[in-house]
Amino acid sequence: MIPELGNFALALACCLAAAQAVLLLLGAEAREARLMAAAPGLAFGQLIAIATSFAALVWSNAVSDFSVRNVAAFSQSQAPLFYKITGTWGNHDGSILLWCLVLAICGAAVGAFGSNLPAALRARVIGVLGAVAAGFLLFALTASNPFQRLWPPPMQGNGMNPLLQDPALAIHPPILYLGYVGFSVPFAFAIAALLEGRIDAAWGRWVRPWALTSWCFLTCGIALGSWWAYYDLGWGGFWFWDPVENSSLLPWLTGTALIHSAIVVEKRESLKTWSVLLAIVTFSLSLCGTFLTRSGVLNSVHAFAISPTRGVFILALLGLVMVPSLLLFAFRAPVLAPTGLFAVISREGAIVLNNILLCSMAAVIFTGTLYPPFAALLAGEQLSVGAPFFDSTVLPLAVPLVLAMSIGPALSWKRAALFPALQRLWWVALAAALVGIVAALGWHGLASVGFAGAAWLIFGALADIAQRIRLFRVRASESLSRLAGLPLGAIGAAVAHAGLGVTIAGISGMTLASQRVIFLHPGQSTDFAGYHWTLTALDRVPGPDYVARVATLEASRDGRTIAVLHPSDRRFPVQGTAVTDTAIRTNLLVDLYTALGNVQNGGAEVRLRYDPLAPWIWLGALVMACGGGLSLADRRLRVGAPARRAARLPA
Amino acid sequence: MTRKRRRLLMLLACLAGFGTATGLALSAFSGSIVFFVTPTDLATRPPADGRLVRLGGLVQQGSVVHTVRDGRPLVHFRVTDGHSSIAVSFTGILPGLFREGQGVVVQGRLTPGGTFRADQVLARHDSAYMPKAVVAALKKRGLWNPDAGPPPPPATWDTMRIPKQRGG
Repeated sequence: MIPELGNFALALACCLAAAQAVLLLLGAEAREARLMAAAPGLAFGQLIAIATSFAALVWSNAVSDFSVRNVAAFSQSQAPLFYKITGTWGNHDGSILLWCLVLAICGAAVGAFGSNLPAALRARVIGVLGAVAAGFLLFALTASNPFQRLWPPPMQGNGMNPLLQDPALAIHPPILYLGYVGFSVPFAFAIAALLEGRIDAAWGRWVRPWALTSWCFLTCGIALGSWWAYYDLGWGGFWFWDPVENSSLLPWLTGTALIHSAIVVEKRESLKTWSVLLAIVTFSLSLCGTFLTRSGVLNSVHAFAISPTRGVFILALLGLVMVPSLLLFAFRAPVLAPTGLFAVISREGAIVLNNILLCSMAAVIFTGTLYPPFAALLAGEQLSVGAPFFDSTVLPLAVPLVLAMSIGPALSWKRAALFPALQRLWWVALAAALVGIVAALGWHGLASVGFAGAAWLIFGALADIAQRIRLFRVRASESLSRLAGLPLGAIGAAVAHAGLGVTIAGISGMTLASQRVIFLHPGQSTDFAGYHWTLTALDRVPGPDYVARVATLEASRDGRTIAVLHPSDRRFPVQGTAVTDTAIRTNLLVDLYTALGNVQNGGAEVRLRYDPLAPWIWLGALVMACGGGLSLADRRLRVGAPARRAARLPA
Repeated sequence: MTRKRRRLLMLLACLAGFGTATGLALSAFSGSIVFFVTPTDLATRPPADGRLVRLGGLVQQGSVVHTVRDGRPLVHFRVTDGHSSIAVSFTGILPGLFREGQGVVVQGRLTPGGTFRADQVLARHDSAYMPKAVVAALKKRGLWNPDAGPPPPPATWDTMRIPKQRGG
C-alpha cells in the first residue's frame, strides 16, 4: 500500500511540476498576476508530493518490503537500520528520486525566500525549475521507477553493496546532490533573465547566495568522496582523476568561476552575459555529472549499473536542457549590453583572469574525461586517459591561478595599480619563498612548489584581512573595531582562499608519502618510516551480516608504543563480496595508514603508509566551505536584506 | 580605456588561456593515453614494447595463487575473456572486491616473457559488473542475452572450457 502511495505521489509531483512550468512561464509572459502569484504554492505542492514519495521509499527500505523490486535488489533484512535508510539512495532509482527531491527543495526555497523578487522573475525562475523537475520526474516514473513491485516477493534481498555501507558514503550522495542540483537555481535565474531580456546588479545579488550555497555543498561532497576513497579503498590514494570524480569537479570549477563573476555583476554591472553563460554551463555540467555517473557511458571504477535506455533518457534530458538554453542565450544575450567599464589591472580584471583559468581547467578536464567514450563511439577504440594527462595539463594552469588568487583581492575595483598591490604583498612573497626553499632543501621536486603556493595563499589571505583592518598602521583597538565592522563577505573570501591553500599543502604533503606492502606472521615486525611495526595478533570476529578478520598492528618508536591499529576486512556472505577497512592514526599532521590484504598460512599482507599532511586535504575543503558559509551570512547577500533594512528605518 | 581596446584585451586573454589549455591537452594526449585491451587483443596483437595498457576481463576460476617474495606479497592470476587468457602478476594488496570469476581491470605492461605485470588492480564497486568486452563475447556466442536477465554464472562459461564454435 505504502509503495503505491509513493508511486501516486510521484505521478502527482510530475503533473504539478508540468503545471508549474506551463502556468508560470505563460503567466509571466502574459503578465497575469494571479498565475504568477501561484508560484510558491505550486512549488510547495510539488515538494510535499515528492517528499511523500521519497518517505514512502525510505519506509519500504526501512521495513525491508521485498515485494518492491528496488528494495529486494539493494537491501537485506539483517542490515543495520541506518544503512537500510541510506540504502534508499545508494542505487540508481532511489538516487534519481533524491535528485528530484532536492530539486523540489530548491524550488520551494525560491518560493519561500524569494518574496522580495519581482513577481514575474520569481514566476519564471520557479517555472523553469518546474520544467526541469517535470523532465526528471517523468524519467523517474517511466525509466527508473523505484516503486515497481515484484511477484512473488523473495524471502531475502540481494543486499546493499558492502562498499557503500560506510557513514561517509551514506551521506555523500545527498550532499553532492545538494551541490549539483542547487546550481539549478542560478540556471533558472539565468534563463528567467534571458526571457526577460534584463539583467542588473540585483540579478547578481539574487543569484550569488544560491550559487554560493550549492558551491559549499559541492565542495563538501567532493571532499567527502575523496576522503572515502582514501580511507575505504585501501590504496591510500585520494584522487584518481576517475571520470566520476572529474564530472563532480567540472561543475565545481565553473561554479567557482560563477560565484566570482556574479560579484562583478553585482558591483560593477559587468560580465553579465558571461555570468549567464556560466550559470547555464554549470548546471549542464551538473546534469552531465549525473548522466556520467548513472549511465555507465564511462568506464569507471565508480560506475553503477549499466542500462542503455536510462543512459539515452538522461542524454535526451541533457539535450533538452542544454539546447534550448544555449539557443535562448544565442538569441537573447546581445540584449544584455554591458554598462560598466574597467581597466585590465583591477579587481574585475583579476576575476576575469580567474574565470579564464578556471574555465580552461574545466575544458581540459572535460576533454580528458569525454575523449574515451567518443573514441569508443567514433573509432571503436577502447582507451583511458589517466592521471598523467590531468596532472600535466591542470598543474600548469593552477600555478597562475594560485599566483593571481592572492594578488586579486589586493587590487581595487575599476582601476588599480599592480605595483603598490605587489608592494603590500612583499612579506607574503618572502614567506612563500622561504617555505619553498626550506621544502626544497628538506625534500625535493614538486612538493616544494606546492608548499610555496600554499604559503602564498594562506599568508595572502592574512595580508588581505590585515590590509583591510589597517593592522599595525593604526592603533590595535581601532584595528579590532575595523575587524568587527568588516563585511562577512570579505572574511569569507579570505577564509575560502586560505582553505584552498590548506588543501594544496595537503596534496603537496601527499606527494611525499611513502608506503610498504609486506607479508607478516603474528609476532613478526618491520621498520618503516621511522617506526617499528609489529603484527601482534590476527583474529576472526563475526559481525551482524559479515565475518571480519582483524589484524592488530603496533607502531612504536624508541621502544614507546605510539599507536595500536586494527585494519580489517569484512566478508559478506549474502552478497559474496568483501571490503577492507583501513585503520588510520592521525595527529592532523601525519597519517599512519594501515590496510589488511590477503590472509594465508596464519600470516597476513599489510599495507603500511606514512602520509604527511594528508588530513589537510579535506580540512582545507571544509575551511573553503566555511568561507562560503561566512560569505553567505553576509547581510548584503541575504535575500531578504534590503526589505528588512527598509522596514527598520522608520523605527 | 575604450570599449574596443578592452574587448580586444579580453579576447586576447581568453585566447591565451584556452590556447595554453589546448596546447597542454594536445601535448599530454600523445603520452598519456592508455588503451583498453582484452586478453584476446593481447594474444593477437600485442602492444608495442613496454607500453602501458589496461587489461579488462574476468579473474579465471581457480587461478589465483598468493605467494610471498622477499617479504612482499606477490599474486599470480589469469585474466580471461572467454576466448583466451593471460597470466598476470601483481605485487601488493588486491582490492577487497577482487574475486575469482568476477570482473577486474588491471593496468600494467606485457613482459617479454608473455606475462602481464600489473602496477594497479581495479575491482569494481558493482559486484554484478562485467567488462564490456566480456559482455560482447558472451552475446556473440549466444550464451547470454542481457535483456533476458542476469548473466550466467562464470563457472558455466569461464575460459577454455567452452569450445569456440557458434561464432557470429
